[in-house]
Amino acid sequence: MNYSYTILILLIPIAAFLFNGLLGMKFKPIVSGLVGTIGLGIVFLLSWYTAWQYFFVGGMVDGEFPKIIAMSMDWLQFTDKLTIRMGIMLDPISVMMLVVVSSVSFMVHIYSLGYMKGEKGFERFYSFLSLFSFSMLGLVVATNIFQMYVFWELVGISSFLLIGFYYQKPSAVAASKKAFIVTRFADLGFLIGILLLSFFTQTFDFTTLTGADHSIFESGAAKSFMGMSVFTWACLLIFMGGAGKSAMFPFHIWLPDAMEGPTPVSALIHAATMVVAGVFLVARMFPVFFFQAPDALEVIAYVGGFTSLFAAIIACTQYDIKRVLAFSTLSQIGYMILALGVSGYEGHEGVGYMASMFHLFTHAFFKALLFLGAGAIIHAVHSNVMQDMGGLRKYMPITHITFLIACLTISGVPFLSAFFSKDEILVAAFHHNKLLFAVEYLVAGITAFYMFRLYFSIFWGKDTQYHHTPHEAPKVMTIPLMILAIGSIFAGYVPFAKLITADGRPFESHIDFAIAIPSVLIGLVGIGLAMLMYRKETHIPERISIALGGFYKTVYNKFYIDEIYLFITKKIIFNYISRPVAWFDRHIVDGTMNGIGWITLTSAKKIKGLQSGYLPQYGMVFALAAVVFVLIFAFLVR
Amino acid sequence: MESNSFFLMRNELILVGIAMILLVAEIFTKPEKKNGIITLAAVLFGLATVANFFPVPEGTLFGGSFITNPMTVFMKSVLNIGVFIVFLQSVTWLRKEENHGKISEYFILVISTLIGMNFMISSGDFLMMYIGLELATIPIAALAAFEKFHEKSAEAGIKLILTSALSSGILLYGLSFIYGTTGSIYFVDIVDKISSNPLQTFGLVFFVAGMAFKISLVPFHLWTADVYEGAPINITAYLSVVSKGAAAFTFMIILFRVFSAVTEIWQPLLYTLAVATMTVGNLFAIRQNNMKRFLAFSSIAQAGFILLGIMQGGELGMTTVVYFMLIYVFTNLAAFGVVSAISEATGKENITDYNSLYKTNPKLSLIMLLAMFSLAGIPPVAGFFGKFFLFTAAGAKGYYILVLIAVLNATVSLYYYLRVVKAMLIDKSDEPIGTFKTPWAMRASLLICVAGIFVIGFASAIYEYISSISFGIN
Repeated sequence: MNYSYTILILLIPIAAFLFNGLLGMKFKPIVSGLVGTIGLGIVFLLSWYTAWQYFFVGGMVDGEFPKIIAMSMDWLQFTDKLTIRMGIMLDPISVMMLVVVSSVSFMVHIYSLGYMKGEKGFERFYSFLSLFSFSMLGLVVATNIFQMYVFWELVGISSFLLIGFYYQKPSAVAASKKAFIVTRFADLGFLIGILLLSFFTQTFDFTTLTGADHSIFESGAAKSFMGMSVFTWACLLIFMGGAGKSAMFPFHIWLPDAMEGPTPVSALIHAATMVVAGVFLVARMFPVFFFQAPDALEVIAYVGGFTSLFAAIIACTQYDIKRVLAFSTLSQIGYMILALGVSGYEGHEGVGYMASMFHLFTHAFFKALLFLGAGAIIHAVHSNVMQDMGGLRKYMPITHITFLIACLTISGVPFLSAFFSKDEILVAAFHHNKLLFAVEYLVAGITAFYMFRLYFSIFWGKDTQYHHTPHEAPKVMTIPLMILAIGSIFAGYVPFAKLITADGRPFESHIDFAIAIPSVLIGLVGIGLAMLMYRKETHIPERISIALGGFYKTVYNKFYIDEIYLFITKKIIFNYISRPVAWFDRHIVDGTMNGIGWITLTSAKKIKGLQSGYLPQYGMVFALAAVVFVLIFAFLVR
Repeated sequence: MESNSFFLMRNELILVGIAMILLVAEIFTKPEKKNGIITLAAVLFGLATVANFFPVPEGTLFGGSFITNPMTVFMKSVLNIGVFIVFLQSVTWLRKEENHGKISEYFILVISTLIGMNFMISSGDFLMMYIGLELATIPIAALAAFEKFHEKSAEAGIKLILTSALSSGILLYGLSFIYGTTGSIYFVDIVDKISSNPLQTFGLVFFVAGMAFKISLVPFHLWTADVYEGAPINITAYLSVVSKGAAAFTFMIILFRVFSAVTEIWQPLLYTLAVATMTVGNLFAIRQNNMKRFLAFSSIAQAGFILLGIMQGGELGMTTVVYFMLIYVFTNLAAFGVVSAISEATGKENITDYNSLYKTNPKLSLIMLLAMFSLAGIPPVAGFFGKFFLFTAAGAKGYYILVLIAVLNATVSLYYYLRVVKAMLIDKSDEPIGTFKTPWAMRASLLICVAGIFVIGFASAIYEYISSISFGIN
């Protein structure tokens, strides 16, 4: 089976980036848009073709899906064994991610033709979008952890550029910096983890790391540091990088602020692709986690569970619609991370892994749909805040219907896609850890509540008087909405258990009604509560918030996590670490350097006389030196 | 002796041939067509440079007086490249009215010294080495005094001939002790008879002193600054790169071949010289304002680094020294080329004259910047790798303190190299050097240098090739 064409999946976006970045200004803006969109369209087709070829033509070898290295070249060689390669690896999750990334990215490209129309820097926007797509695609097909790291950082950079797209806006600049610094800080852990892992296993390659041969881990398995084995440390540090990109607690603070970027960017980066990179990372390294660092996996499960609950609670109190969606993303990614944390490896044991990937897949569609819907709404009413909206169903029918579909999907209403994937996650949690199951079960209800709070506040609720009558978005924006709506309805019917599993072998999976029915019920309860409180304008929400008092305020302020960070950095680190270090640098280090410079210059002045220009003196020095050396070396040094 | 064994002396014979052709051409060229000799010489020499890259068998001639192997051939190629670049850089200077009658003289003198250097490198006994050394020195004195109506040039010639006579005397005196105690002048015979008795140590130290004069190691360097400053700029370039390189190669080969039994004496000796050379060279370079003097002292400091590789004493040491010299040829000649171009066009030679050069002559400034970075050893340009490998070699031998001193010196050298960069890019000037067009030959030479600075740093194959042909003390 020849997959060499997959290199085009990477080359086209980078070519589009270079074209738009270097030559974009020379043409009309629409040219940039079309170059980016058509390029991504080809990538989209190629990705689906790859998926079809991989799953249905190539199929299984010896009962499991193979890991295919479609292309590989040596990039840096450190030792005989330790070589960094750049290449393309195809296996079930990378192929699935290709489909997800290229589909969402393609939709966002089309949508942006309408949304960004007339914006200053249109071609810049498209070149960044292409760069981002390139980075993300390169990340998912990485053959080794170092290549992944390289693209990982590229993703970080392009996300930074896109969040800060409106660079005249101070809040956007601050948000892009925050996102970059927080994720960069987490990546420090990732890099240390990579170095630890590769030092002890002498390899970067995923095929070796996740292969059946565990002998490479023997040298490091016995070593431990502070009571944990080397590989537990390595895995935790690698997960730290994943937690940064996926905005898991306590690295979640950048994601809500990142909503300063253009809305299509939020849909692409902060819903469907970049933020699931952490999930993908853990899934990619899953055998290492499972066999070498089960403790780390336990940590991952709790981090995921906690984040999903934490974010869901905050989401109930926010008014900015994009922020609600951002917190909902956090919560949903928490689900995926948790599912990986509670997963086993073989057969039906690995249902968590499968469920996590499944949810990633369905989430990409409905969350991109929600963000793009939100974009259409913001486009129409020129505001992000729920209080400025209401009754929009009359003005924007298509956006209304598609948004409703997405809300129903995320709430786990039966026979929509998330119903299936969420059910699998709950099953996995139920078999592994009852506490986490309970948390997730609760979160399912909260999710339904805040999503419908959002839905009712926007489309129903009070009859707001608008300055301009809101109008439906243009076709170029509504068509992607409709396509994504179809995706979020039907994505659940993909037989994931047959295609994407932890050990590469398919297993039988069926809906567990004992878990599905209660979870649907709690979802309906959430929807019902939201309907009661927000369908018509009532005083119930206000009364509840007053009754909860301090707790409500704490939640509204996102548990003051940002303030805690600021306190630690500004008050503690700046005062007690940075200042003394700066003093030391200014006085001791610089002083030493200036001293050396002074000594050098002075001694240079002092020996000036040696170079007199008098030949007899030169001869004298020459002969004397020769004699002195003879005396020293013939008689003293012997 | 079979006729094809002359093939072993290929490069020397070709050079002699070129010198002869130029002599004859001088006689048969009309006075108004003398400029044609420049082209003829450059083309012939370019062909010779290329020809020397073809593989040649190993062997000895004249009963062991002349030894050739891939390493010596490669060293000669390094020198050839240097000379070729110098030739290209001399074109404008030679076309000047005052040099009109001396064009072929220039080429014949340079090529004669080069022949001397080739024999030095390939020498198998001290007599051959000494004759080569003299052949490589005396014509240079004539070259230094080439602009004989300029006071400084004449002074440089006199100073060079007098000091080199002194150094040759000392060298010969030392060699006579070696001959007296071993009864032979052939390296292969001497090597077994060398021990650390005082007479032979005496001979060794005087030999080192004589060679140190050629390489201008402190404290045998005093002639360098005056001669470099007084001599025409292209001759200075030739002296500081090719002549120095040849002496360093010869020095290393003879230390390895002849004095391998007494490393415990010459290694500390070189240690002392290296520390003194790097430090004093740097201290003087810091204060210089004339670009030629500045480059002279910088080249003294660079010579100190070469000793680090020689001291290693093994194949690694030889590899790093030859590699460093190869890079040094391109780097230093790039710097000299820019100085020469500016000097020919405007007559200005001081660092302060270079203020705001970037505004008027950006390309020349960038080449100078590259050369300065390479001399200072800033990655990723080639000079960094050259120095880095030298340090590695000394470190491998356990000279950690020496490496530390060398690193400190390299740091100090940053100051004065970057001073030039600062002048060109940052400092303002009321009357900057005007924009001028560089002649094609100079441009070609600078292009070769820049290519060399980049290619040698990045192409590991070159280092590996040098490594494969290196030899050390067995």
